[in-house]
Amino acid sequence: MVFFSYLFSGISLGSIYAIIALGYTMVYGIAKMLNFAHGDVIMVGGYICYCSMTYLGLPAIVSILLSMVVCTVLGVVIEGLAYKPLRQAGSLAVLITAIGVSYFLQNAAQLIWGVTPKIFTPVVSFPMPEGLAAMGLSSVAVVTMVTCVVIMIVLTTFVNHTKLGKAMRACSEDKGAAQLMGINVNRTISLTFAIGSALAAIAGVLLCSYTPTLIPTTGSMPGIKAFTAAVFGGIGSIPGAFIGGLLLGIIEALAKAYVSTNLANAIVFAVLIVVLLVRPTGLLGKYVPEKV
Amino acid sequence: MKKFLALLLALTMALALVACGGNSGNSGSTGNAGNNSASDNGGSTDNGGAANNGASTNNSGSTDNSGDTTATAGGTFKLGGIGPMTGENAQYGLAAMTGAQIAVDEINALGGDIQFEFQAEDDQAVADNAVNAYNTLKDNGMQILVGAVTTGSCIAVASEANTDRIFALTPSASSTDVTAGKDNMFQMCFTDPNQGIAGASYIQENFDGKKVAVIYKNDDAYSTGIYEAFKGEMGDAIVYEGTFTSDTQTDFSVQVTAAKDAGAEVVYLPMYYQPATVILTYAKSIGYAPTFIGVDGMDGILDQEGFDASLAEGVLVMSPFSASATDDLTVSFVTEYENRLGQLPNQFAADGYDCVYAIYNAIQAAGITSDMSNEEICDALIGVFTSGSFSYTGLTGSGMTWGTNGEVTKLPMAFIIQDGIYVKP
Repeated sequence: MVFFSYLFSGISLGSIYAIIALGYTMVYGIAKMLNFAHGDVIMVGGYICYCSMTYLGLPAIVSILLSMVVCTVLGVVIEGLAYKPLRQAGSLAVLITAIGVSYFLQNAAQLIWGVTPKIFTPVVSFPMPEGLAAMGLSSVAVVTMVTCVVIMIVLTTFVNHTKLGKAMRACSEDKGAAQLMGINVNRTISLTFAIGSALAAIAGVLLCSYTPTLIPTTGSMPGIKAFTAAVFGGIGSIPGAFIGGLLLGIIEALAKAYVSTNLANAIVFAVLIVVLLVRPTGLLGKYVPEKV
Repeated sequence: MKKFLALLLALTMALALVACGGNSGNSGSTGNAGNNSASDNGGSTDNGGAANNGASTNNSGSTDNSGDTTATAGGTFKLGGIGPMTGENAQYGLAAMTGAQIAVDEINALGGDIQFEFQAEDDQAVADNAVNAYNTLKDNGMQILVGAVTTGSCIAVASEANTDRIFALTPSASSTDVTAGKDNMFQMCFTDPNQGIAGASYIQENFDGKKVAVIYKNDDAYSTGIYEAFKGEMGDAIVYEGTFTSDTQTDFSVQVTAAKDAGAEVVYLPMYYQPATVILTYAKSIGYAPTFIGVDGMDGILDQEGFDASLAEGVLVMSPFSASATDDLTVSFVTEYENRLGQLPNQFAADGYDCVYAIYNAIQAAGITSDMSNEEICDALIGVFTSGSFSYTGLTGSGMTWGTNGEVTKLPMAFIIQDGIYVKP
């Protein structure tokens, strides 16, 4: 019985990791860069939704849409200002820039919203059957899981079966060749950032519904965990991010419950190391031979 | 030639400035100023005395102090404050420094012989920054330190202040490491172990025979310090111990489920209020309602924007201060604090306020004048604080006394949160 409680809390947490990881993996897959500011876009998404619900009194669904719009714009602006000028620079330069953007967003949020925690009211709450609630399966957790699956299916379909998705895959394989084929690489990458940031907004709202304290550093730790999840599942692979996120959440919860709350994070990363030793590209990652 | 002229001009100006400063102090200080103005920079008039304590000034006779000196206390004292005013822990530093500033303003408004000049510096709760802040304050002539607010910073600053012989009273750094081996370092708040012991004896008195769970933050000296003393007292009554770190303080589903599974009826939470909020939220969502007992770090939980007060209903907080108390002192302090910051003061604010008044009373008791050297002031204040006859009554307790180890002795008070306010059980 208690085992299922732990399992459910692992799945709930894992679904949130999965949604964040989807954003990481999308951007990495297409732009071949690690957007470490992703976690902070999540935080901004949470704040926008909070402000819209608390100060403007808008209904939850409108607030979520508003926060998606703001994050999308933010993502595109960040990409245009910080990453686009570095398109030809080494990947290390972009990585450092991403870390810089991450700190910028955290400090800007601190200036705007202050450091005292804001308490987020869950955007969804419907009564759960007594037994399930006692086992730790909250309405937020159910909504998170469903959202996560829906997002994954929509994204996979989008990437595999639409023209824009095809352009994305082309950019991912070979930017130069894609450009020669008449694909606007810059616009495709901007589009990727837009989608990734919109996902970040959803992740932010769900994360804050699950753990209610909202502070400027809210996004950073889940961001790192989700990055781990994306690597775990095979970075660049959409189903991989989903599976990686879920597994990470479950391993974390079970390790906390049955081994030690102290060692939980160490165990999570030990599992990651073992997986990477056996499958260097992650669970579902594709092995791409390096052409010399 | 030009260079020489410039140097001469600068020297003249420095002398002039020092002389001006000397006037507000008193006898003997002009002599000091003349001696060290060449090596010292012009602005720091009060350091003049410190650098020069070998010279026999009028006051050198009164270093032995012990409360029975006849000299009348007076002058403008430079108080320094260190605390996080930006960053993750900004609310603690802002509260403590605002509390201290209110006390300073009140004392200055009295127009008595003792006046304070208060300068607060930000350390973002980082030890390195705290040392920098300390050096800035020292350069500006700080004579007495109110700080640092957080434990890690305070440990770093305390050893500096100990070397420099500057008296320091921290509003809220509660670890025993803060005062250990430093005779000039005193605390206004409980030490962590004392708080843990007080929590344990409260539970043994009021919840005798109940199963107890404890969740603590094991990468944090404050939380661990309370936990260890608590565990030492409670022993086998603890049925579950959960831990977390700053990296894992957003999800407590496992710990809360395990506490519930172990059948705990009392859950002790030695931590700050942000993680406690997450724990209360999760416990409510799975329908688990034990008696939660928080420590002084829990104070502030109700001030969070958007916080659903029903989550904290029935939570016991063992804190020395409550903004809802109705005595005159608290009421006037709360009103003034609200005017300044637009929110209710927490315990840190009250601690900051008490620090300044305790120093003020001790200065009077010791008959210290502001032209004494830092070392003389420090020794005199240590003498008063540890004399045994010195006690202070303020916002965070009555009849507080200090031991030679710098720890304060006062009674903790337990409050129950009901309908969003603290009430006495």
